[in-house]
Amino acid sequence: MKRFKPLRAVLSSVILVGFAALTASGAWAQQVLTVAAFPAVDDIVRAAIPAWKKKYPNVDIKVVSRQFSDHHTAMTTALSTSSYLPDVMALEVGYVGRFAQGNGLENLSAAPYNIQTSKSRYVAYAYDQATNARGEVVAAPSDIGPGTLLYRSDILEKAGVKPEDLTRSWDSYVSSGVKIKTATGSYLLAHARDIKDILIRTGIKPGEGLYFDKNNRVLVNSPRFERAFQLAQQVRTQKLDAKVNAWSNEWSEGFKRGALTTQLTGAWLAGHLNNWLAPDTKGKWRASDLPEGASAAFGGAFLAIPKGAAAANKPMAWELIKLLTQTRELQLAAFKSQDAFPALLETHSDPFFDQPIEFLGGQKARLLWRTAASRITAVAVHKQDAFAEEVINTELDKVLDQGKDIKTALADAHRLLERRATR
Amino acid sequence: MPRLPRLSPQMAPYVFISPFLVLFVIFGLFPLLFSLYLAFQVWEPTNGLQSMEFVGFDNFVFAFEDEWFWKSLKNTGWLALASGVPQHLVAIPLAYFIHTSFKGLRNGVVGAYFLPYITSTVAIAIMFSSLLSTDYGLINVGLQAMGQIPGLGWMVPAENIDWMGQPDNIKPAVAMIVFWRYVGFNVVLYLAALQTIPKDLYEAATMDGAGRFQQFWFITLPSLRPMIYFGVTLSVIGGLQLFEEPFILVGGRGGSDQAGMTSAMYLYGMAFDFNDFGAASAMSWMLFAVVVVLTWLTNRAFRPRNNAA
Repeated sequence: MKRFKPLRAVLSSVILVGFAALTASGAWAQQVLTVAAFPAVDDIVRAAIPAWKKKYPNVDIKVVSRQFSDHHTAMTTALSTSSYLPDVMALEVGYVGRFAQGNGLENLSAAPYNIQTSKSRYVAYAYDQATNARGEVVAAPSDIGPGTLLYRSDILEKAGVKPEDLTRSWDSYVSSGVKIKTATGSYLLAHARDIKDILIRTGIKPGEGLYFDKNNRVLVNSPRFERAFQLAQQVRTQKLDAKVNAWSNEWSEGFKRGALTTQLTGAWLAGHLNNWLAPDTKGKWRASDLPEGASAAFGGAFLAIPKGAAAANKPMAWELIKLLTQTRELQLAAFKSQDAFPALLETHSDPFFDQPIEFLGGQKARLLWRTAASRITAVAVHKQDAFAEEVINTELDKVLDQGKDIKTALADAHRLLERRATR
Repeated sequence: MPRLPRLSPQMAPYVFISPFLVLFVIFGLFPLLFSLYLAFQVWEPTNGLQSMEFVGFDNFVFAFEDEWFWKSLKNTGWLALASGVPQHLVAIPLAYFIHTSFKGLRNGVVGAYFLPYITSTVAIAIMFSSLLSTDYGLINVGLQAMGQIPGLGWMVPAENIDWMGQPDNIKPAVAMIVFWRYVGFNVVLYLAALQTIPKDLYEAATMDGAGRFQQFWFITLPSLRPMIYFGVTLSVIGGLQLFEEPFILVGGRGGSDQAGMTSAMYLYGMAFDFNDFGAASAMSWMLFAVVVVLTWLTNRAFRPRNNAA
């Protein structure tokens, strides 16, 4: 008898069993698309699977969910090593700008994708946010975050402040804050930084970015930043901010207890307040435009195809992105269930926009946000934006907490950024 | 029954040691060498590995001239000193006290001090951030309650202390938590060392009329010298690599004015927030150099001498 080879026997039986399992489940013929996403985009994709299966019964979708920052770290790593790349990658707007600088993502405006033929169907600024300096579109917008001012109407009433006082100008916003603080003891807003964040995004000239222009010139030593810093300083010296960071315990506690009167934010926060941050404050909140007619975007999700993903899956990946971002019903369903404001313009005429929002005391706020979305313009992204944001925040800390002179602070920031501008 | 192929005696040791070697090469050696390689490259990570470009010592020059790198080193040094020195100043007398005063209860007492060390950093950070919360935290509420007691009002500040928001408060708060976390570990180290000191020395000293303090000063401390060397070395290395506690307590950017930003946090941010892996690797090797120098100095200060004690 031949000598028995145990290893070979074990291996071949494993392969046989595995093969049998594959054919039995039909996986042999089945194509699988991997979608990597963060909450709540993962739920939105999962909810769309039945619609997808109706169109492509032979293509399965596997959703890999991670927490927000884990997801983006994982995507950075996957792109840097070109391994374990998903077929479709969800990205938050900040990371779209960052990844668009490199060339790790498919250019969707080239054949066979040709997203530009559908350009007019997307909210204009969101489409522009996904377009890089080379004119490539690296992702398709899925949902957007039009900026809004949420405020507690009951606290305003108690303080005798009219909603128009909040929004007429930034100065009247701050002086209303003083009245509110003296009459009720509530803070105007969570952190003085919030007001700076909006003001530095207001009045950006064409060809300029937020911190750098397209020739790497540093823009922070300018009236735009000076005014932002001055207003933040006024807020702090008059003790109008609670000095709490967004998403901290104190922040949500502040909403629950009515210690925070207003929040400059994306429209989606109303949904979060209603669902878990402060459900008991239902009916007391209202939404309005940002003060002084400012417009800004807060967050937004995009879907992209990594260049290094399996080539055979790319056509189907693009079909999935089209289904998710260009299907009216799915976009509306995500809006209704996850407060994901649709990036698809044809949904904006849906009667759902006219419905009153109970949490906002029956206000038809979606109409307001729809107009806000149409007024937002995209700002050019620079490679060092993340660093610049940190520099500016640190200098603002010094102004607010240590009384540093604003002009010196901005000059220091300018010097730090110049060293990095071309790095 | 089929027989599995036999391992030859020459091969056996290598096969048995291979699990460690394989894991060490993958998770220890490779990252180390790769970061050394990266320190000499400029790399846009989202373009893939092939986009690296050799730049010589550029990253080191950049790191050397980077204000924030020096700021982070200063923060690290401050925190390492403020959390490390008290650890040993408290742990040695505490261990001596536990050693001499507890008999049956000893293990329970040591366990209580050791507990923070084995608790997850995240749980600790969450607990302390709610304790230190400005308006709703137990510490400020306690301070205010203390202010109500007649005669104690002058000790309590008029307003709630913004522990985690003010740059002046962040460092002491973080240092206090690091101290609280590791003091128990050092107590265990010193207790172990105390048990090796022969009883006869103390008996002889008592016969000669030495008091408890003199025994501590002339017998216990000199005998602890090797363990102090070991403990201080661990504190120096751990202190310079401090990352988790401040990272979770004050967030990735180190709180207001980056007062809690240690070097390890800064180089992590350089890589993963600012996408500059080259400079981050260069900084990590510079941090390594600092650790080596300080460990060597510790060695000089505490190494056993021939004429010791």
